[in-house]
Amino acid sequence: MTLNPQLPLSISRTHRLQWEEAQQKFVILYPEGMVELNQSSAEILKCCDGVHTLTDIVGDLEQKFATSGLHNDISAFLEVALNNGWIQQ
Amino acid sequence: MAGYNNNLTKTTPPRWLLAELTYACPLQCPYCSNPLDYASYKAELSTDDWKRVLEQARKLGAVQLGFSGGEPLTRSDLPQLVKHARDLGYYSNLITSGYGMTEEKIVQLKEAGLDHIQVSIQASSQELNDHIAGTASFAHKKEVARLVKKHGYPMVLCVVIHRENIHQMPEILAMAQELGADYLELANTQYYGWAHVNRDLLLPTKEQFEQAEAIAQAFKETVAGKMKIYYVVPDFYEDRPKACMNGWGTTFLTIAPDGVALPCHSARELPGLDCPNVNDYSIADIWYESKAFNFFRGFEWMKEPCRSCDEKAKDFGGCRCQAYLLTGDMYNADPVCSKSDRHGVVQEAIESAKQAALAVEEKPLVFRNSKNSKLFG
Ligand code: SF4
Ligand code: SF4
Repeated sequence: MTLNPQLPLSISRTHRLQWEEAQQKFVILYPEGMVELNQSSAEILKCCDGVHTLTDIVGDLEQKFATSGLHNDISAFLEVALNNGWIQQ
Repeated sequence: MAGYNNNLTKTTPPRWLLAELTYACPLQCPYCSNPLDYASYKAELSTDDWKRVLEQARKLGAVQLGFSGGEPLTRSDLPQLVKHARDLGYYSNLITSGYGMTEEKIVQLKEAGLDHIQVSIQASSQELNDHIAGTASFAHKKEVARLVKKHGYPMVLCVVIHRENIHQMPEILAMAQELGADYLELANTQYYGWAHVNRDLLLPTKEQFEQAEAIAQAFKETVAGKMKIYYVVPDFYEDRPKACMNGWGTTFLTIAPDGVALPCHSARELPGLDCPNVNDYSIADIWYESKAFNFFRGFEWMKEPCRSCDEKAKDFGGCRCQAYLLTGDMYNADPVCSKSDRHGVVQEAIESAKQAALAVEEKPLVFRNSKNSKLFG
């Protein structure tokens, strides 16, 4: 599966993104499993709200963290997330 | 509670809570992981007890929650507990045989906040399914699987694999695909509890395993991206044991129907653990301080060859229940390990099952029901 930069991204129907107080981190929950996320992965996944596209997300995060050149990292991570079934288009 | 935590190993908080709501079940699977003498545990926690357990475990860090049993649908307070779990932020999994499930209930549980339903099917044909389940249930199970899907749950199909159904692997895979399963769990039988009693009749040959596994692996590639397959390996044919429970008292907390807290669901079989009850202690006390949860934490308890083995952080010496059942000593290395001087018992078990398969007259399976359970009481 490859990412379509024009289509909005959302967390998979079968998954849930959630803040865990006890672990002080975001996790992705799915049937019988869980992935603990580091801060940057969590920032990206939080943007997958069913409205924003890859291009939007790159723009938003570059603005939020007052930086540029995030496109490749973000798109590589989202590609992995898509192939793991964490997100859908 | 007396502090059994020696603090030599850092204790991690529980991540998984397995709530065995009841031992009641209309099915009679001969590999059921419930204790053989389950019929002698009649007490069941009340709704309020369960709510308290859910709250306390969540506070410690548990986030994955399994409602299982027996058949959890036999508890009429299930929707209430699901709702409570959702409010607390659990990801809740219902592990059911499908028996007693209706479309109305599926909708009601969804509204209460249930995240997913795992339906178990015993085989790919009605005749065999109903024989193994000891109950006519095949058509209904398939219908439940369809309804689960229809109402937007991730659908997890679970098939326990053993000698009676292993030849159906291609049909089982086709059935999962036809039902639109998102996840398929192919769980090779683990030989504790009832499966231990029936092992001669359930353990497939090595050739059967290898053939079935090859079929499942090839299928896995064809459905990549559509269906995820969890393949639970049959450890009798491995030369290293599994890292049981991801390490004792590190991740999993099981609460039995009567409130006894277990580091693994078979731990009731082990002698001298004095497993604590949630009616007497808080979950925090149980997890951090109890004798049972500290019993096999870390590496101090190990005997040779595990004690000086460079793989001990990988498999923690394997399964304590398997060591106990097969060697009579729960401190031994899991005999599945080829470094164990008792590895021969696994070979004997394999040989004995092979002989039983060739025997002209097969012994009957011992089904899991109260009548048989009383024999073990
Ligand atoms: S394994 Fe079978 S008999 Fe045991 S609880 Fe599950 S459905 Fe019931
Ligand atoms: S000897 Fe013990 S620790 Fe080493 S691999 Fe075997 S079971 Fe694991």
